[in-house]
Amino acid sequence: MDTILQTRDLHASYGAVEAIHGINISVANGGITALLGANGAGKTTTLRSICQTVSTRGEIEFEGERIDGLSTEAIVRAGIAHVPDGRGTFLGLSVEENLRLGAYTRIDTQNIARDFDRMYDYFPRLKERRTQQAGTLSGGEQQMLAIARALMSHPRLLLLDEPSFGLAPIIVQELFRIMQEINVDRGVSMLLVEQNAKLALDVADTAFLMETGEIVTSGDAAIVKEDETVRRAYLGY
Amino acid sequence: MDLFIHQLFTGLSNGAIYASMALAIVMIFRTTNLKNFAQGEMAMFSAFIAWWMLGLGVPYWIAFFITIAVSFVIGVLAERILIRPVMNAPLLSILIVFFGIFVILHSLAGWIFGYEVKVFPSPFPEEAVFGTYITNHELGTIAIVGAMLLAIYAFLNFTKTGLAMRGVAENQASCKLVGINVNWMLGLGWGLAAAIGAVAGMLIAPVVYLDPSMMSGVLIYGFAGAILGGIDNPWGAVVGSLILGVVENLLGTYVIETELRLSVALVLIIAILLIRPNGIFGRTIVSRV
Repeated sequence: MDTILQTRDLHASYGAVEAIHGINISVANGGITALLGANGAGKTTTLRSICQTVSTRGEIEFEGERIDGLSTEAIVRAGIAHVPDGRGTFLGLSVEENLRLGAYTRIDTQNIARDFDRMYDYFPRLKERRTQQAGTLSGGEQQMLAIARALMSHPRLLLLDEPSFGLAPIIVQELFRIMQEINVDRGVSMLLVEQNAKLALDVADTAFLMETGEIVTSGDAAIVKEDETVRRAYLGY
Repeated sequence: MDLFIHQLFTGLSNGAIYASMALAIVMIFRTTNLKNFAQGEMAMFSAFIAWWMLGLGVPYWIAFFITIAVSFVIGVLAERILIRPVMNAPLLSILIVFFGIFVILHSLAGWIFGYEVKVFPSPFPEEAVFGTYITNHELGTIAIVGAMLLAIYAFLNFTKTGLAMRGVAENQASCKLVGINVNWMLGLGWGLAAAIGAVAGMLIAPVVYLDPSMMSGVLIYGFAGAILGGIDNPWGAVVGSLILGVVENLLGTYVIETELRLSVALVLIIAILLIRPNGIFGRTIVSRV
């Protein structure tokens, strides 16, 4: 499999404080890569670096082109969508308006209508609540909305920041099933940040483990899963 | 009874002007949480641009629309050149910039056009069509502001750019992540606010006469209307301003001296902020966590 995203010696900082110190990660084209680690390891910052919402140093290559230094808007147009931590819902807008904003960069009007139907197929609950103010949705529904909104931009790479955060296990299962379906059906590559390591390693093909801003272990998800330190520190058995 | 109906319509017409100013203030407040104290002076300057063109013999409606377009451009440029560099500065610095715009426009208008009071023509004929109930200028003011509000409503609700502007008012970080150029939207908001203010300035100038201080009272009414209706809700601000226009005018006719009318607005601002800071229609976002 070829690579859709590759970072080389990527640093990122908030003001004077550097949060990640020269990491190299990659996502296979059509694959799911898991980025694991404890709180404060720099996972969220890594996703923000790719979208250039923090200041970075080093190379980020997407589909063979350098994207570091582009504006966030330009990166979205290039084909990367980000489901941010906290979900980033437009609380005062309706569910449908949230999705319509997701398709903001697109001009292929006919296909947008079809994608609306697809999103409502994946997430029937959103269809029921189409005209409702998004702030009134439950946490799980808002997470579905955040993923659907990101998919509306027709991305080739989806960055997911803790999609399971704060959700009931049964909702999480449903969400991950749908994410896998989207990965297979639509060929959307994914970079998945998760605290729930077991869950992430079950769906991912590749995994990177971060500690205090550096990559400490990486490789095939199945192998990382068997790694002694990973198991003890993050899988708890 | 005739007097009452006449005062009611005069109040509505004044309210329409206040509504325009309130809407201009809300346009900027919603996206930046800033209250543009220079909005009135921007409108005054627009009125002077129109007056200058009319003096050159440009037909009224052509001057009217050119002024709106020029004001839009000035608004966009003001955001880009004066506001954006201080956007992340402390609030006090931004207020000083607003104050600077206020003073500069005020002095510039006086310097270029003179401080003496000037007559500004109304585009509507003198002889009243509806007798003593309403003057043509009042009726025209209500009609023009009504049309403008409809156009803005349609823009915000039925166009992609309008939706993006509402998105920017909600969540700027998410706007970037869906590919919206947030800076451009902020500039557009300033442009629209300046254009709306220009309409208000040109419609109020025939009533209060044109001079560099003509908007100071109107701006206070605009703020009062916006605060009454809810400063983060454009349609609340419009309704609040209409209510204010009518109440203020009826009070001025029947209850208090005309000279005290402006204090109605000021008392109202204080009362609303004390009792119901969100205004009548102020939006409370329902949110479940």
